[in-house]
Amino acid sequence: MRCHVSRSGYRGDENLKKLMSGNAALGEAAVLSGCSCYFGYPITPQNELTEYMAKRMNELGRVFIQSESEIAAINMVLGASVAGARAMTSSSSPGMSLKQEGISYLAADELPAVIVDMVRGGPGMGNISPAQSDYLQATRGGGHGDYKTIVLAPGSVQELTKVVPLAFDLADRYRNPVVILGDGMLGQMMEPVDFDNVQPPKEYPKDYILTGAKGRPSRMIRSLLFDTKEEEEHNWKLVRKYQRMEQNEVRYETFLTDDAEMIVIAYGIGARIAKGAIKRLRQENLKVGMVRPITAWPFPAAVLQEFARTVHEFFVFEMSAGQLIEDVKLALNGRGHIHFYGRPGGIIPTPVELYRIIGRHYYMASRREQS
Amino acid sequence: MMTRTIFSGFGGQGVLSMGFTLANAAMLEGKYVTYLPSYGVEVRGGTANCTVVVSDEEIASPVASEPEFVVAMNQPSFNRFQNILSAGGLICVNASLVNTDVARSDIEVLSIPTTELAERLGTTKVANMIMLGALIKASGIISFDDMIKNLGELLGEGKAKLIKLNKEALEVGFNYVKE
Amino acid sequence: MTKVYTRPGTIKEAHFHYCPGCGHGIINRLLMEVIEEMGLREKAICVAPAGCGMLVYNYFDIDTLESAHGRGAAVATGIKRVRPDNLVFSYQGDGDLAAIGTAEGFHAANRGESITVIFVNNGVYGMTGGQMAPTTLTDQVTTTTPDGRNPIIAGYPVRICEVFSMLDGTTYLERVTVNKPAAVAKTKKAIKKAFQCQLDGKGFSLVEILSPCPTNWKMGPIESCRWIDDVMTKQFPLGVVKDIK
Repeated sequence: MRCHVSRSGYRGDENLKKLMSGNAALGEAAVLSGCSCYFGYPITPQNELTEYMAKRMNELGRVFIQSESEIAAINMVLGASVAGARAMTSSSSPGMSLKQEGISYLAADELPAVIVDMVRGGPGMGNISPAQSDYLQATRGGGHGDYKTIVLAPGSVQELTKVVPLAFDLADRYRNPVVILGDGMLGQMMEPVDFDNVQPPKEYPKDYILTGAKGRPSRMIRSLLFDTKEEEEHNWKLVRKYQRMEQNEVRYETFLTDDAEMIVIAYGIGARIAKGAIKRLRQENLKVGMVRPITAWPFPAAVLQEFARTVHEFFVFEMSAGQLIEDVKLALNGRGHIHFYGRPGGIIPTPVELYRIIGRHYYMASRREQS
Repeated sequence: MMTRTIFSGFGGQGVLSMGFTLANAAMLEGKYVTYLPSYGVEVRGGTANCTVVVSDEEIASPVASEPEFVVAMNQPSFNRFQNILSAGGLICVNASLVNTDVARSDIEVLSIPTTELAERLGTTKVANMIMLGALIKASGIISFDDMIKNLGELLGEGKAKLIKLNKEALEVGFNYVKE
Repeated sequence: MTKVYTRPGTIKEAHFHYCPGCGHGIINRLLMEVIEEMGLREKAICVAPAGCGMLVYNYFDIDTLESAHGRGAAVATGIKRVRPDNLVFSYQGDGDLAAIGTAEGFHAANRGESITVIFVNNGVYGMTGGQMAPTTLTDQVTTTTPDGRNPIIAGYPVRICEVFSMLDGTTYLERVTVNKPAAVAKTKKAIKKAFQCQLDGKGFSLVEILSPCPTNWKMGPIESCRWIDDVMTKQFPLGVVKDIK
C-alpha cells in the first residue's frame, strides 16, 4: 500500500473528504484547474506531485514529461505556454535555483505558468527537511533582471485547493509566472481534503500565442531588445503590470488582531505553528494576534502599516535565518519594534517552543512600555 | 483533546499503513487529523516512521516532538522513540522483537506479541493491525466500533476481500489489552 | 524579361544583419523557401536561439519564439506536445546545441520528439566574437584558443550527428554544407526531407549544416568556402548519418 498518495486517488464524485498528501492534493487541484501540461524532474520532498501527475495526466490524455533537468522542465513549460496551454512544473529548493533562468524568460516574454516550490533546508544540497528559506528568491523574482512573480503561500492541504486554481487564474490574467511557495511539510503531510470548490479558471483571450500564422500576420515572442530605449520601455511596461498586481492581488488573513498588542507575522507552515502558539498565549490573556500573508508577493505592506498606527510590537517568525523579516521592515519603515525568531536548516520549531519565546518577548515589551 | 502518535518499525512491517489507517479512521469520525510520513533516506534505509495527530480542533503542527503515544515494532525504533515520549506516555511494543529491559521508568510499556498472535490468524502480515487494535484499546484515540464499521472504506476497494481478516486482527489486538 | 529568382513570400522585407560571406543568410532563405514550397507557412513554428541565429524572427514571416541559450529543443518539445499538428523546428548554433544545450537536445532526440533541429555548425561562437565552440577543430585558432585548440586542454570537436545517431529516438540525421551551389541544393533537399519526416510523425530529425564564418575564421569568403571542403569536412564528413525508413 502506497501511503503517501491517497489509496484510491481522488474520486471526485462525492462530498467526502479524502486523506491526501499536500503533493497529491496539489496535483489533483491542478488537474481540476485545467492544467493540461506538467513537466518535472524528481527531487525530494515533492516527488509525490510528479508521480501523481504522471498517473493522472496519462489517464486524462494530457501532457506529462519527466524532463532531463529542472532547466528543461521550465523551458518545456515555456514552450507549452507559448502554444497556449495551461502549464505547470514543480520542484524543491536546489531545483528551483535551476528554474530561475526559465522563470526570468517567462516574465520577460509575459507568459503564464505555475511553478511549485516545496522548499527544503539549504543552502547547497542542504537536506530534505521542510524550510522557508527560499522566500527572498521567490519574492524578488529569483532570476536575472527587473521582474516579479506572484507568490502564493498556502498553509494547509485544504488551502492548496484554493491557491492552485487562483495561481492558474492570476498567471493567465496577468500573463506572468506564479509561484506556489510551500515546503516539505506541506507536500508530505496528509490531511483531509475535498475539491468541491475547485473550478477551472476562466479563459482569457490568448492573442499572443503561437499556433502557426494561419489567416493572420506572423507573431514573434522574444525578450531580446537590443535597442536600450525599447528595453527600458518594456521594463516600465512590466513595472506597471506589477503595480496593478500590488494594487489588486494582495491577500492575507488576520487572526485575533482586534485587541492585539503584539502582532506575529508568519506564513505557510510557519503561520500554522504560530497559530498554535498564539492560542496558548491567549489562554494566559496575552494579547497576541497574527497577520498571515497569503501572497508573499505582493506583500500586505499596507495592512501592516495600518496596524502600526495602534500596535507597537511585531514579531516575525519563519523557518529561515531571516528573510520575511526584510519585507516586514520595509513595510513598517521604522515604526514599531520588530522581534524575530527564525530557525534555518530544516528545523521545525514546535508551537510550545514558539509560545515560550513570544511570551518572553511580550513581557519584555510590556516592561519596556511601562518604564 | 489532542493526541500525537508516532508509529515506527522496519519497512515492510506495515508501519505507515498503521498510521494511515488510524488517521483515516479519525477523519471519518469527523476529527481534525494530520499524517506525516518520514521521508527520504531513512525510508530507503529500512526503517520507517510516521506521525499521526488527532484533535478536536485545528492542528498547529503535524510534528510530534513529545508524543503521547509511540508504537515501536522493532528494537531500534523502541530505543529511539522511547526517549522522546512525553513523561507518562504510553509505548506499545512488538514483544516478538523488542526487549524492553531498558525502558524509561516514567513511561508505560504495553507489550503485544504481535507476531505470535498473527500466526494464529494464519499470516504475520496482519501483525500491524493487531498492534493498531491494541493501541486503540489502550489509548482511546478513536472509537473502535466506528472504525470496524468503516473498515471497508478504510481498506479501500482493492482490499474488500481482506476486510474479514483485518477485522479479526484488530479485534485480537483490541481484546488482548485488558481494561 | 522573365524573373528567374525572387524573395520567398515567407521572408520579411528586411536587411540581413549577417556578415559578408556568412552562411546564415543562405540557410535562412533555404528554410523559408522550403516552408513556402511545402505550403507550411501557416503550420510552422520556429524556435530561435541565442547567438548569430537569434534574429531570424526579423526575417522569418512565420510564428517564432526566441528561447534561452541552449533550451531550444526543450521549448520546441513543449510546443510540439501541445500542438502536434504544427511543424515545430529549432534553429540552433554549435554553442547552443553542442555545449550549453546538449542535455536538452540529446534528450529531445532520445525521446524521439517529433521536431526538427536545424543545426548550424560554423565551429566558433560568432556573436560573442569568435571564441572556441565545442565544434572548433583541433589546432584551430579562436580568441579563447589563441595557440590553436589543444585537445589535452580543451577536448575534441563534437560530432553531433554521429552522437545522436546512437539514440533510438532519432530517425533522420544528415550533415550538409552551403559552400557551393550544388551543396546548397543538397541542403535544401535535406531540410525538405527532415520536415517531411516530422510531418509523417516519424520522430526526431536534425540537419547539421557546415556554415562559413569568414569574420571569425579570419579568412575571405571564398577561402572560407574552400576551407570547409579542405579541412572542416575531414572532421565532419558530409552525408546522411541516419535515415530510418
